[in-house]
Amino acid sequence: MREWAAKHRWESILIVVLAATIVVNVSLSPFYLGFGNFVNLFWLSIEKIIVVIVMTFVIINGEIDLSVASVMGFSAAVMATLYEGGEMAFVLAIVIGIVAGALAGLLQGLVITRFGLPSLVVTLAGLIGFRGAARVLLEDRSVGDFPEWFERIGQQTLFGPFPVALVLFFVGLALAWIILERSAFGRKVYVIGNSADVARFSGIEVDSVKMRLFVASGTVAGLAGVLFAARVGAVQGTLGETYELDIITMVLLGGVSIFGGSGSMLGVVLALFTVLNIRNGLGLANIDGITQTGVIGLLLIGSVLVPNLARRYRLRRPAPEAMAHGPP
Amino acid sequence: MTESAVAEAAPKSTRFLRPERVKEATLLAIIAVSVLVFAFLIEGYLSGRFFNRVTTSVVVVTLLAAAQALVIFSRNIDLSVGSIVGVAAYLTGDFLAATGQGPITAVLVAIVVGAVLGSVNGLLVAYGGVPAIIVTLGTLALFRTLLSIYSEGANVLAGDLPSWVLEFNNVTLFTIAGFQVRLVFLIAVFVVVGLQFALARLRWGRRIYAIGSNPSAAAQAGLPTASLVFWSFVGSGALAGLAGFMFLARAGTISATAGAGLELESVAAAVVGGVSILGGSGTMVGAFLGAVFIDTLKLSLVRVPEVSEFWRDAFLGILILAAVILDTVLRNRFNRRWSAEARKAMESTGPSAVGMARMAGGGGGTADA
Repeated sequence: MREWAAKHRWESILIVVLAATIVVNVSLSPFYLGFGNFVNLFWLSIEKIIVVIVMTFVIINGEIDLSVASVMGFSAAVMATLYEGGEMAFVLAIVIGIVAGALAGLLQGLVITRFGLPSLVVTLAGLIGFRGAARVLLEDRSVGDFPEWFERIGQQTLFGPFPVALVLFFVGLALAWIILERSAFGRKVYVIGNSADVARFSGIEVDSVKMRLFVASGTVAGLAGVLFAARVGAVQGTLGETYELDIITMVLLGGVSIFGGSGSMLGVVLALFTVLNIRNGLGLANIDGITQTGVIGLLLIGSVLVPNLARRYRLRRPAPEAMAHGPP
Repeated sequence: MTESAVAEAAPKSTRFLRPERVKEATLLAIIAVSVLVFAFLIEGYLSGRFFNRVTTSVVVVTLLAAAQALVIFSRNIDLSVGSIVGVAAYLTGDFLAATGQGPITAVLVAIVVGAVLGSVNGLLVAYGGVPAIIVTLGTLALFRTLLSIYSEGANVLAGDLPSWVLEFNNVTLFTIAGFQVRLVFLIAVFVVVGLQFALARLRWGRRIYAIGSNPSAAAQAGLPTASLVFWSFVGSGALAGLAGFMFLARAGTISATAGAGLELESVAAAVVGGVSILGGSGTMVGAFLGAVFIDTLKLSLVRVPEVSEFWRDAFLGILILAAVILDTVLRNRFNRRWSAEARKAMESTGPSAVGMARMAGGGGGTADA
């Protein structure tokens, strides 16, 4: 136990924070412990946390994708526009919407790898551009009246009390854990994140890995956009706006280094639980969304600052940084 | 790294053809071409009124692009500028509504508010060892939250402000053929030119570029990197505070969400203006031109009847992409040319000249030679 905690310091801290949050929440509200609230906790942010899974890969790889929220809006807008046209089978519209997300990721990945441009800049352009594209498609309309089965996907339960999107999330999470921490591809993601040059000289196909991650990021964002449409029952050009900040915050809070190369799926899952619980608890205590976001912001800064300061004032041992995070 | 060393080492022709001059000239040419295209598309486009509108509206983004560039030069980023604008605008408006003070006090209040918030960022980044993107992502939310708590949902109303505030935007210093040169625009230009000069000529300016080019090398060379980074964040906050005052003067009514989203626009302006997101390279004038370009485009596109107003952001995205790709292509060209020149120099005079030629190339603040 102690050994595990020493090796996974970040995850241990998160477990403590999460436990504290849960205890406070339980004492604050009698509604917290109900199963309905448990599903609700995930349910209100399900699209975000689905994207968090793929963003973890991107950031561990040493890149960032600021465009995810806009791609969500773009995919949903493509789907809604095709549906509105009325000619096309709705299933096909959904598929084309998700493919549009994949293409958005492909385009950005191509620019990043071919021109060697920083992903921060390229996906910033994507953030503005794909949001613009969604607005071009939908202008200021709101498209709704989707077929009944579509809204049922979004709003009704599949297995017992779990809605489809939630099942998708847990399946995706399990897959992501296997790929990231138990597959050769996952190892490559870490190695590239540590040093793209070293990876290149070791014969790893760096550009191909990056391309695949950006395509995956676009595809998952597209899927999340469609799920969002199913849950809410309407699509607007502003769908998902500013979600990227929350998504990136959850990943970084999970102990994933913004410089790439370290972090674990477990950490991200714990961070995700923590953020959702804090928001849920604050919500039950009638604290508004802006303040909730502020608390998360504070937590984000604190999550890096506190270990830094602790390290500075502890016994001055060499090279603590490499030991604190990351896989062995 | 000092400018004088470069002047001695470099032949005149290479000095003039610095990449940032080429970038600025290219951007200027692109702005000119797009203005001509719009003049062709829109009737009565080239009027004094449009010039006045652009020069007034570009002020906030210009100041923010400068704020952003200042921290990007040292390989940091400030995503909280939009929130700082909101806080500074709101607090200054509140202060003016309560006291009815004059412009100079108001500007000072806004700048101090911005600088204080910037110093929070600076402390955490420079002395707390937290990466700038994490700190400012956090303070982006945090500053906004504090403002929302402070405001309790109430707005600063234009009617409560002293009357000079709303006239401030229209104060015209002189008019040339219908083109009014307004005070706010002149202030923005003055700030940009002053910073450009300071960053190119003063020691701390060169040091900021040095940190951005290679932080660990700068630290090993004995530069006080922590305090330089700290003060660049304070400066960035102060500029965002000034932008907050300009925002107040333009909008009059300020809500708790004022200025939200400006952080991305400021990064976009700086990047379009040729400021490298990896630090160490770019100029204030470039960032200014980037802001002018984006603003001109935004204000012009809405007037083209064939284009729906919803195209604006889509265009903007494509534009940023085009700008950074062009920038990379240009830089690669230059690097190839310089390495060829350096090789030639080595053949004729021996290896010592190579270093000099490199310095001539890198002297203007370009990171990667």
